[in-house]
Amino acid sequence: MQALQEQARKLLEDQTVKVVIGYAPGSDEERARALFVRTPQQAEQLIFDQRCRQNLATYLLKPEVKALGRPAVVAGVATLRTILQYAVENQLQDQAVVALAVDGNGQVTTLSTFSQIEEYLATCPRGLTPEQEQELARIEQMSREERWAFWSQQLSRCLKCYACRAACPLCYCARCITEVNQPQWIPVAADPFGNLEWNVVRAMHLAGRCVDCGSCREACPEDIPIDLLNRLLARETLTHFGAAPGYSLRREYALAVFRPDDKEDFIR
Amino acid sequence: MAESAVVEAANRTAATSAFEPRIVAFVCNWCTYAGADLTGTSRIRYATNVRVLRLPCTGRIDFMLILQAFGQGADGVMVSGCHPGDCHYTAGNFHARRRWIVFRELLDFLGVDVRRICFSWVSAAEGAKWADLVNQFVQEIRALGPYREFPRRLPQLKPAEVC
Repeated sequence: MQALQEQARKLLEDQTVKVVIGYAPGSDEERARALFVRTPQQAEQLIFDQRCRQNLATYLLKPEVKALGRPAVVAGVATLRTILQYAVENQLQDQAVVALAVDGNGQVTTLSTFSQIEEYLATCPRGLTPEQEQELARIEQMSREERWAFWSQQLSRCLKCYACRAACPLCYCARCITEVNQPQWIPVAADPFGNLEWNVVRAMHLAGRCVDCGSCREACPEDIPIDLLNRLLARETLTHFGAAPGYSLRREYALAVFRPDDKEDFIR
Repeated sequence: MAESAVVEAANRTAATSAFEPRIVAFVCNWCTYAGADLTGTSRIRYATNVRVLRLPCTGRIDFMLILQAFGQGADGVMVSGCHPGDCHYTAGNFHARRRWIVFRELLDFLGVDVRRICFSWVSAAEGAKWADLVNQFVQEIRALGPYREFPRRLPQLKPAEVC
């Protein structure tokens, strides 16, 4: 933690960055909130521990944050992957952001170019944790009727608050399909059809792009396991198309490219 | 009195008549639509349960169209276009194929009955294949019965009704 504060102070003092986006203690013991550090003195408020799960890269594309000047961002693996995915999607320019990568031991690495982030990520473990695998497998082992019952029950709690969208660093479209009302694709009301459609759309639009930060699940006030949908599609796009978003600058968006010999077994 | 007699008669008809699947087909303009046209001009008789909707290309067939069809009461949905390599726009069907692979996995994971979606390639020369495919799919949906568990889309105001 001290190393992080020290590094943040240094970056602000020598004017390398104008703002450090990090975490500060939240409203209770279990929460952390985002903190925008703009003076070297404020750097001592920064923390980094188990509570710091929000993906701070979400702020990088906001016009009001861009207006603050060059930012540094406190980053775990998911946040670093987000930055590379932004690069692939032409949303960030190289060296526009400094990443303060913090690993499990509190070691801080300052990464100021995309290729440095790429090299750093190459050393990080990839793939799902055994718990994540199990959570997916538990649903996949159900019969179709059970799966439908499970998800109908889960999605019936959806309030259509779009907190998942707000928390997601890759849901950055200026005009989301939910706002399109001529025609109204996704019903405004939180009804079973609209809830299903919204969650399918969200998952589909993130297929092959999701960096598995889990911010959507964290943000959901109803604790619907929506991250499972993203994780499933991350696994499928990896198996079918070799998509590994956020690990490489050269990787293209899996659903925007194709191979003539893509394999499927259901088209008649 | 008269009204209840009408309702009664309607109920009687519904109870006695067999289930007729309602199927929506999203097809591409260049291959499957032309193929279905050929089925007609070849005087091939096939099931009348399918409503064909023509789109420029399978690449244009957004997955939301499929959800909307189910949400508005379809029992089955067909999606069909040019064979790989034959796309009028060179690569629309290759992109569509990738999307279908992902979309189908997602629906299956959610417990949506993916047997009710028929993806196919039907060229402009395959009028007979289209007839066989529709007949086959109607039979499959008839066996599965009406898709009652899928949530219906709530009725929307028509533009003229919105002030």
